[in-house]
Amino acid sequence: MFNLSRRQALAAGGGLIGSLLVPQRFARAAVGSTLNIAYNVNLPSFDPQVGPSSVNPTIQGIYRSIFDQYVGQKPNLAFEPGLLTGWGWNDDKTKVWMDVREGVVWHDGTPFTPEDVVWSIQREAKPDGGNPVSFVWASIDNFNIDGKRITADVKQFMPDLFKWMAFLTGYVLPKAYFEKVGPEGFEKKPVGTGPYMVDAYEGNAYLRLKANPKYWGGKPAFETVVFKFVPDATSRVAEIESGKSDVTLEVPYEEYDRLKNKAGLKGECKPISDIGMIFITNGGVMDDKNVRLAMCHSVDKATIIKKLLRGYGVPIDTLQAPDYEAYDPSIKVPYDPALATKLLAASGYSKDKPVKFTIQTTRGFKPKDYEMVQAIVGMWRNVGIDANIEIYEIAKHFELRMSHKLAPAAFYNWGNAIGDPSTSTGHAMFSKSPHSGWHSDDLDAMIGPLWGEKDEKKRIEGWKKVDRYIAEQGYVLPLLQYEQPILYKSDLKVIPNKTGALQPATLISKA
Amino acid sequence: MLLSVVANRVAMALLTLAGVAVIVFILLRVVPGDPVAMMISPGAGPADIAALKAHYGLDASIPVQFWIWIKGVVTGDFGTSITLHLPVTEVLASRLPATLELAFLALLVAVVLGGAIAVAGTLMRRTFGETIIDSLNSIMLAVPDFIWALALVLLFAVAIPILPLTGRIDPDLAEGFTTRFYLIESILTGRFAVAGDILSHMIMPTLALALPLAAVIVRLLKQSLKEAMLQDYVLLARIKGFRELRLVLQEALRNAVGPTLALTGVQFTFLIGGTVIVERIFAYPGIGNLAIDAVINRDFPLIQGLVLLFGLIFILVNIGTDLTVAALNPRLRHA
Repeated sequence: MFNLSRRQALAAGGGLIGSLLVPQRFARAAVGSTLNIAYNVNLPSFDPQVGPSSVNPTIQGIYRSIFDQYVGQKPNLAFEPGLLTGWGWNDDKTKVWMDVREGVVWHDGTPFTPEDVVWSIQREAKPDGGNPVSFVWASIDNFNIDGKRITADVKQFMPDLFKWMAFLTGYVLPKAYFEKVGPEGFEKKPVGTGPYMVDAYEGNAYLRLKANPKYWGGKPAFETVVFKFVPDATSRVAEIESGKSDVTLEVPYEEYDRLKNKAGLKGECKPISDIGMIFITNGGVMDDKNVRLAMCHSVDKATIIKKLLRGYGVPIDTLQAPDYEAYDPSIKVPYDPALATKLLAASGYSKDKPVKFTIQTTRGFKPKDYEMVQAIVGMWRNVGIDANIEIYEIAKHFELRMSHKLAPAAFYNWGNAIGDPSTSTGHAMFSKSPHSGWHSDDLDAMIGPLWGEKDEKKRIEGWKKVDRYIAEQGYVLPLLQYEQPILYKSDLKVIPNKTGALQPATLISKA
Repeated sequence: MLLSVVANRVAMALLTLAGVAVIVFILLRVVPGDPVAMMISPGAGPADIAALKAHYGLDASIPVQFWIWIKGVVTGDFGTSITLHLPVTEVLASRLPATLELAFLALLVAVVLGGAIAVAGTLMRRTFGETIIDSLNSIMLAVPDFIWALALVLLFAVAIPILPLTGRIDPDLAEGFTTRFYLIESILTGRFAVAGDILSHMIMPTLALALPLAAVIVRLLKQSLKEAMLQDYVLLARIKGFRELRLVLQEALRNAVGPTLALTGVQFTFLIGGTVIVERIFAYPGIGNLAIDAVINRDFPLIQGLVLLFGLIFILVNIGTDLTVAALNPRLRHA
């Protein structure tokens, strides 16, 4: 038999532990011509026009690397020419015109033409084509091409039509190539006009892109970009900390603070066009305005952001974030627990006789989502609201929302990369939207006319009035504008994008 | 007789798979959340929702949807993935090899490691060495695979960053493959540098999966070996002057291994289930990682295909275990 004495065992164990405790210093290699990004989601599909991926905001940074949009967008949400160099309506808004950029080629070398633009819009407009926002593209039809100018009839006026051309599914695909290879062929070998071409791809693993030498916007800073699909946050932290990746994003705020000042690393954490909010569903106790307003006035958003999110967040009182077009800083819903108590008392509620309802929340979907709701429930309890927390997952939230069966209060987020009020307040609060929580005729009467308002100034003012009315009525509880943590090697320069899309072609360069 | 046994097993397998198909199909449509609800745009109206449901074949009744799907399944057509826009069979075929290589490598590591530790523990029985082995094994038994995964990430990817953390292969080396069995193909074609890179990517996920199974093997095999070492045939061999190691390996092991093999087969199915979390942590592109995305996105055709595939794997593993145990123990061949 083998004998291992206690002395020998202790010596071996001590040596092993000691070697592991010695700090290991490994040089973090400088970034060369290849940029490695530890990305937080997988890319399921290369088709940016149809299917679930096309409306996934977190994938847009990849799509914008391979494809171009009709209209471009700057990091501050302002719009700029994309594959369209000019666009607009005629005087009475019955026609649209679009000027197509010249001298652009697809990745396969064939020329980009106005026919590609028309075909793309028509493909996206088909009601049975799988585009989730086909109603946008179907609002114009009867296209006519004259040189580089396309004109079309407006079937239904949408004031934000051209903004949608910089938004979800607003990408141009190659007509001839797509018709030749079909959808499956396109998935296996996608072709765009973007700054990068697909070089290699393995689902749930990586996407390698090569610079497009003929890109109309100039050659990007890196010859090669590798998106590593690393959905697990711990692994993303490990990727950047070990130096195996050059950039990563959406890490826990605690890890961001730990790493941003570490030797060899830098960080940016800026607000993006994504907000956290609590939907209020009409019916039951929520029909009592005092209850709704008490809910709103008893939440100390600044403290929640400071304590739970380490200060990374911007408190908001409407569904417009500060960068949005209809943001009105004069609309305030102050933290006033005394007022909340008084409001509830007027309806016969108190701490001893609280109003009761359920609040639904995700857990782990957004940073500290569950913990925020726990804190809010605690604040509510102090004024006379007894809320029961129910955890649900994302899929259930969507199904309940679509069937207007959310709990009286439900936490979720809302993205709005084009910053237009119709795509935040409009779709979140109009009862005919499948995504609204509050349904009431008074609000519909205010919102309804704004969908087709042709006077832009009047339209924006109209939305501001709607937001003020919503705040006065307590129809929703906006919480905060999220901030996106980005960590990167210190020899890089990263420009944060307010849409949240990390675009290596235009926003990452060598320092 | 053998033919009837085989026929019986095949019939049972088909019946099991049919039951799994019905259950998963119905459950997906009953549980909250459907893919259209998750992708529908805020401004969409009822007509848009109806059009999307029709596009994905979700507008028919559940029995009609099931009939359409099952007709395709029996001809090998599992439908098209809603999120990937590719045939489900093609997607599964492209991802399964990665998981199979990982699972079998983990099984091999677990058997070798578990067997070696069990033999060492038997050789050191009634000494302080056995106490150490039992203590460490208890820790290994208590720690689940995903905790091992995170611990390995911290150790070998952060503290001592000597191993690649994510993926299956360096993208620069991922060319020139005919099959998706990257490891096997690179070894068979003599591309040993590539095989080395693949193995370096597989070390951490393999260990995360193997260590819990190895602990189970150690516990059971050591006990069986210690019992076997008390038998008369071992005593006779010891009297003949054979060394202790030979007694354990050549006398006791073949009689002690049966129960361990049977349990290993059952535990292997749990190991395959463990690939879901482990593949996610290491961004390893197998069917486990695919399954998580499919469930999150409510990709019904893909989930259905994955569940049937997992069911088939479990059935085949159980059959393989039964055959192996019967091969090693003639008394069971006629059971």
